[in-house]
Amino acid sequence: MNDVVTAVLIVVGGAFMLLAGVGIVRMPDLFMRMQAATKAATLGAGCMLMAVAVHFGELTVVTRALLVTAFVFLTAPVAAHMIARAAYSVGTPLWKGTIADEFRCENDRVGQSAGETSTAQRANPAAREK
Amino acid sequence: MNLDDITLLEGAVMLGLVMTGLAMFLAFFRLVRGPSLPDRVVALDLIGIIAVGVIAAYDILTEQPVLLDAATVVALVAFLGTVAFARYVERRQQDE
Repeated sequence: MNDVVTAVLIVVGGAFMLLAGVGIVRMPDLFMRMQAATKAATLGAGCMLMAVAVHFGELTVVTRALLVTAFVFLTAPVAAHMIARAAYSVGTPLWKGTIADEFRCENDRVGQSAGETSTAQRANPAAREK
Repeated sequence: MNLDDITLLEGAVMLGLVMTGLAMFLAFFRLVRGPSLPDRVVALDLIGIIAVGVIAAYDILTEQPVLLDAATVVALVAFLGTVAFARYVERRQQDE
């Protein structure tokens, strides 16, 4: 029974990691790649560490597996947020099909609609202040 | 090793290792390809997280729970590296 649960968790975790790998290659711009990589890979790592916990079933191993899982779940969003903010401030281009850029509007606070701001100003990164 | 000798668990772990290895290859492709520095940082972060998964699968295959400590360290280094790179990217922009 334990073996079956472990096997399922390992395969599901591996599948999520593979999805993250496909996502980071196939997605069109940095921010989409990042969401594919961060979320899917975090869930995959969580599944695989849970598989370790189920397989060994000892207190010390389960504790360490839970510790690593909690650590990955806490740090992955923080790291992704930091890269996203840094990449945005550097002016990494968005995908050309992007229709809304809410972060941009929040910084401007000039009351333009989301669609107009993003396509017009994003097309010309040099026009952005700062 | 004869194919008939492989148990369900071993087969699942090997399948998991193949999938994580493929994912690591794809992440490495993005690391080489770029095109920008943040793309590479994201790929490096992904490689770190995948390495944690590989270590977990290898743990089960070899029955060695001690390797979980290595997984902790890899997760820690991946996080710190990502944060440092993010700050570097931002700082480099300000200096120009």
